[in-house]
Amino acid sequence: MSDTLVTAAARGLLSCHVCGLLSRGGHGGQTLHCPRCSTPLHVRKPDSVARSWAFLIAAYILYIPANVLPIMETSSLFGAQADTIMSGILYLWHSGSWDLALVVFIASIMVPLLKLIALTLLLFSVQRRSTWQPLQRAKLYRVVELVGRWSMLDIYVVAILAALVQIGALATINAGPGALAFGAVVVLTMFSAMEFDPRLIWDPLQ
Amino acid sequence: MSEMQQEPGLDDIPEAVPEPRKRFSLQLVWLIPIVAAIIGGILVVRTYLQKGPTITITFKTGDGLEAGKTKVKYKDVEVGLVKEVTIARDITHVIATVELKKEVTPYLVEDTKFWVVRPRISGGGITGLGTLMGGSYIGVDVGTSKQQQQEFTGLEVAPAVAMDAPGSRFQLHSADIGSLDIGSPVYFRRIQVGQVVSYELDKDGKGVTFKVFVAAPYDKYVRANTRFWNASGVDLTMDASGLKLDTQSLMSILIGGIAFQTLDESGEAPPISANTAFTLFATRDEAMKNRDTISQGFAMIFKESVRGLSPGATVDFRGVTVGEVSGIHVAHDARSKEVNMLVEMRIYPERLRSRVVGSVPDPNEYGAILNEMVAHGLRAQLMSGNLLTGQLIVALDFFPNAPKANVNWALSPPRFPTTPGSLVELQETLMRIVKKLEKLPLDEVAGDVRQTVQTLDATLKDAAKLVRRVDKDILPEIGMTLEEARKTLDEGRKTLSAAKQTLSADAPLQQDLRETLRELARTAQSLRVLTDYLERHPESLIRGKQEDTP
Repeated sequence: MSDTLVTAAARGLLSCHVCGLLSRGGHGGQTLHCPRCSTPLHVRKPDSVARSWAFLIAAYILYIPANVLPIMETSSLFGAQADTIMSGILYLWHSGSWDLALVVFIASIMVPLLKLIALTLLLFSVQRRSTWQPLQRAKLYRVVELVGRWSMLDIYVVAILAALVQIGALATINAGPGALAFGAVVVLTMFSAMEFDPRLIWDPLQ
Repeated sequence: MSEMQQEPGLDDIPEAVPEPRKRFSLQLVWLIPIVAAIIGGILVVRTYLQKGPTITITFKTGDGLEAGKTKVKYKDVEVGLVKEVTIARDITHVIATVELKKEVTPYLVEDTKFWVVRPRISGGGITGLGTLMGGSYIGVDVGTSKQQQQEFTGLEVAPAVAMDAPGSRFQLHSADIGSLDIGSPVYFRRIQVGQVVSYELDKDGKGVTFKVFVAAPYDKYVRANTRFWNASGVDLTMDASGLKLDTQSLMSILIGGIAFQTLDESGEAPPISANTAFTLFATRDEAMKNRDTISQGFAMIFKESVRGLSPGATVDFRGVTVGEVSGIHVAHDARSKEVNMLVEMRIYPERLRSRVVGSVPDPNEYGAILNEMVAHGLRAQLMSGNLLTGQLIVALDFFPNAPKANVNWALSPPRFPTTPGSLVELQETLMRIVKKLEKLPLDEVAGDVRQTVQTLDATLKDAAKLVRRVDKDILPEIGMTLEEARKTLDEGRKTLSAAKQTLSADAPLQQDLRETLRELARTAQSLRVLTDYLERHPESLIRGKQEDTP
């Protein structure tokens, strides 16, 4: 069946991302522009795999401080406290709100990690020109892209708390260095997913 | 088929505009993971560099310790946090795992102390009130040792004085703790200069060793000859010198205290190093007693009763205490079949010769000096020390008339000559008087007295007769004479009252006299008018008085 499919790339056709105009590509070694809106055109996203890898690796690196360093620093009359994501989850779990603990665990630890793993899997498979389960991988990619922005939940909570709870000596909440790293992880994985060209999944099938 | 249909459309598709490719975009994107690695690396490395050492502290109980909450504070600055509180395997104590800040690493030495700060109320004040609000925390006192350590044993009570407070520590040995406690004040001339840091029972259980802290600059007043005494509460003593009440301050009455003073002696005693051990005396008097290096025991034989004499009674020489009674026994002399009182005393010969005057004699010379003194009449005597309490003391004095005696050095302890006490002498004198009285011829005197009494009796009878005669003969006459006299007096009184009437202001005589005098005055006035007229009108004598012209 794949043999019968004709792709735009195979015909030397390019579609503009911005104005949607279809145009015929030149032949290698040149960056092409849309004849109508002058947007750069490309058959596949340029250096998609390499860029995706770069962002992914950066995300991997920052994932460590994001989980090790305190994400929130609370200081109140009863003393100062610095919480990492994990200590917050443990606190919630021990104080009985296991449902909340579960939500935070999934949103803040599992999802970013799964995203990282999913992207790694996709990149590896694309690089090795794997023909294994292309449809599943495409679905996986869609889930990764969809779920990306929801991981910013933690950052929102910390940002709102830090802005609201500034009652001088009584209580102060500040974002810790972990929040920065965590936010960076989320953004970097989003970039990584963005840079990844899902069409590459199907290319080996040609 | 499909190719054919699509063909015409393809021709209409415009050509994309080509542009030379920029090659460096590939390299630029890899800057992102590098930057991320640098940032992440810095964050992680910085955190781990800041991470301080983890130590364990064992406490008897976990009271006030909470994992993740209880803080470690040095001088009220947070330096760590309790990470974990677990029970030791032998379940006798609690182990707290504490994560400290990096800066305190060099201070984790052998004698660094940890304790849980809780609210504590003692006689000296209230401490740790802040922990009621903020929860208890672990206090630290940094030690001075160089030996690093990671495992510590927590104190149950906070040390009274911080290790770095300027001053000196001393050890005091005492028989018992008295009313002292950790934190009890130490006074020097009634100024509070320090406090009791700790105390512990000696290993042999025979005493208590205190550690006291004396703050700078007062610690320089603690010298080799400084005496410490327990200034706790009220010190009430009764001895031969009477009743004595001694207190240090109101505070020390309530919670006890220690006072010290340096003996007043010529020449400064050398200052001493910290941690020197001193004896803690029970009272000031005991502390300030001269510590005599030489002492000589003597035994004395008294023939009189020693009721009122007790071991510890002073031996005094003309008011100066030179020793004390160390024992009282009953001695039966087998030769003379007499039972005597054997009193042992301890004399400090140094006190018989002041150090202030002249050179200090050789200790061995004191025997010779004593011998000489005894040859000149030095004797021991029992004397009443206090008439009120009836206590006795041993008094040494010179009795030049005493029979010759000397110190019998052959006996052990040497025998010191005695002389009967003043009471005994008084008794003997009384006995002599009684004996003289006995010799008087009382019978003859009694006979004479009786005769005299009989004579006296006769005389008295004569006197009674005489009195009776006087009653009978002379008294009636006297009664009549008195009657006459009374009558005469009555007459006299009447005469006097008549005279009084005549002379009184409203008597008729007086009235008449006054009238007459007034008449006389009016006459004189008329006469003066007449004379005046005549003077102005002499002619009237001839022509008569002229009528007034209107």
